[in-house]
Amino acid sequence: MSDCCSTDTIELPAESLTPRVAGKIRTVALVGPPNSGKSTLFNRLTGLRQKVANYPGVTVEQHFGKLSGIGRSDLVLIDLPGIYSLDSYSEDARVAVDVLHGNMPGSPVPDAVLLVLDSLHLRRQLMLAAPILALNLPTLVLLNMSDLMETRGGEVDSLALAQELGVPVAKISGSRGTGLDSITHFLNRKSEPTLPSANRLELPVVGNARSYRQWATGISTRTKYKAPLSSEWTQKLDRVLLNRIAGPILFLAVVISVFQVVFSIGQPLSDGLGSVLNAVGDKVGTLLGTGWLESLLIDGIWKGVASVLVFLPQILLLFLFIGVLEDSGYLARAALIADRMMRSIGLNGKAFIPLLSAYACAVPAIMATRTIENKRDRFATILVTPFMTCSARLPIYILIISAFIPNKPILGDFFGMKAAVMLSLYLLGFLAALVTARLLKSSILKTSTAPFILELPQYRLPTLRSLGLRVVDRGKVFLKQAGTIILCVTVVLWILSHIPFHSDLPGSVVGHVGQWIEPVIRPLGFNWKIGIGLLSSIVAREVIVGTLGTLYGADPATQSLNLQAALRHDLTLGGALALVVFFAFAMQCTSTMAIVKRETNSWKWPALQFVYMTGLAYIAALATNQIVTHFVR
Amino acid sequence: MKALSELNIGAMAVVESLDLPEEVGHHLMHMGFTPDARVVVLRRAPAGDPTVYAIDGFEIALRRDTARAIRVRLAEEGTR
Repeated sequence: MSDCCSTDTIELPAESLTPRVAGKIRTVALVGPPNSGKSTLFNRLTGLRQKVANYPGVTVEQHFGKLSGIGRSDLVLIDLPGIYSLDSYSEDARVAVDVLHGNMPGSPVPDAVLLVLDSLHLRRQLMLAAPILALNLPTLVLLNMSDLMETRGGEVDSLALAQELGVPVAKISGSRGTGLDSITHFLNRKSEPTLPSANRLELPVVGNARSYRQWATGISTRTKYKAPLSSEWTQKLDRVLLNRIAGPILFLAVVISVFQVVFSIGQPLSDGLGSVLNAVGDKVGTLLGTGWLESLLIDGIWKGVASVLVFLPQILLLFLFIGVLEDSGYLARAALIADRMMRSIGLNGKAFIPLLSAYACAVPAIMATRTIENKRDRFATILVTPFMTCSARLPIYILIISAFIPNKPILGDFFGMKAAVMLSLYLLGFLAALVTARLLKSSILKTSTAPFILELPQYRLPTLRSLGLRVVDRGKVFLKQAGTIILCVTVVLWILSHIPFHSDLPGSVVGHVGQWIEPVIRPLGFNWKIGIGLLSSIVAREVIVGTLGTLYGADPATQSLNLQAALRHDLTLGGALALVVFFAFAMQCTSTMAIVKRETNSWKWPALQFVYMTGLAYIAALATNQIVTHFVR
Repeated sequence: MKALSELNIGAMAVVESLDLPEEVGHHLMHMGFTPDARVVVLRRAPAGDPTVYAIDGFEIALRRDTARAIRVRLAEEGTR
């Protein structure tokens, strides 16, 4: 889906891009180790909604916001990817370090730093304080999750810590929003020009991890830091979820139940929404009377847009599920379980995280590959990510499955035929990704194995608020897409299917184009209307459903039928299955190609991807149609 | 001295040195694998590899190849 990862952007004040002025604060950077809660705090302080989740490396690029959450909208806050040190080991860390050093084009140079440390693990997190304090910027140290630390029996003398570090220290909770007034105080005070403090503290030798650690250990001892008890829950859950036998079985059970839920709960919701939308269309149509206006508004636009809108419930359910996986901390475990399999194709378990999040959308998933340290591994992952079944494929999958596959039970009522076909399509995409990665890693992107280093976060119960926000944001993106791209495509299609005037559908411009390309797609079992759908869906996959809605709505033979019935009327089983197989493989998403170009810095890779994926889609769809037509009856 | 990869589940050890390429070694050290750090072998992934280690209150998963390059000495119980 095109702008899956679009976020609110702000206009940067022009003066914030000019060099630093001593003693004046215009830009503040949020710095901290991965998964220490920077983005949660950022959202709190700016009122924006950057993505947050419970695994290290969620934020992979810098984000800007105005500090309006604490009444300082004159200041710009920069959220940075998490770092362990100022050595930049991976692409996301490089972004953070470049912004901090003022080497990132288009990003203002930070004048002050909010150093966010997870107080549950202060001893190690303090190691980052050494290189950050050595930058010599006004700094406030924020001990995040301090509420949790105290309830679990941990403690630290924050006054002593402030003395040791020579900068103010505050205990806060980003998720609850407590202690944030310390940030206001810090910014108000530091906005006044101050004399550089004649300092002051003994920092360890720059760049030496061992001396950082000794320094951090010394400080935590002197500030009476007592680490809280680690969460019993994490240990107990991991004993089951990472168990040799139960672990993989549970993983599969979770996946299977998702598909079942999409059908058993999503389908009735979607059908209900569909009948409401149709009823509204008919009512308005009767009011308008017959004529070209009714034809444009109802048969053209309404049928096209509504045929996509009905999939909203299923897509939101899928996002809810992915949200639970990401927020709970299970995603990192999935990467751990998958490492062995990923190694056999030449990648490592870390590549599994972007692949899983590509079930929602490939665009943020491709961004997420920045956490993969090895460049060739990262490119291979970027190239195979669009094979993963993103939510934009759901509408056409569900449409075809609902129209052509009977709902026979397979594993009792729990798992039916429709869910099984859906699961097979997901597996098909996943296998294509694995095989392609293997090909790439044994040819043009060959490397020696890169190490696998993954930090496992503690499990957390996803909050209703966070899940709710994801679903609402997703719903908005989907509605916006239906109201813009799909609306435009249907209007253009309606016009092209009605000129020249007084022509019937096959005699229109669309009809001519369709019949011109039909010989190419006939062997796949597709008719010319499907062909027009394939052309329009190069923009974005879900557009095909809107296109088919408009075309079948404009055809007198199928006008009175709903889209499922119209497709059954017009397509063989072989052609229908070939269509979903085509969608499983083809690269039909301009946003994905644009992001691949941006991340690989060359048109070569998206071009290769497009040719390879579309070629594979054609061959696979051809094979599917021929096999089904000859062997299944 | 032993390699970290040779330890059994539940064993506790102290890191002695890292015999890894500089970039990887540095990264691991900043994640907590510095000399004198105490590490506990927590559990293995279902496939038997990678293994999860606890260090400084964090859980970090490493493959056997990487753990083999980390030299440790066994820590006596109770010196914690």
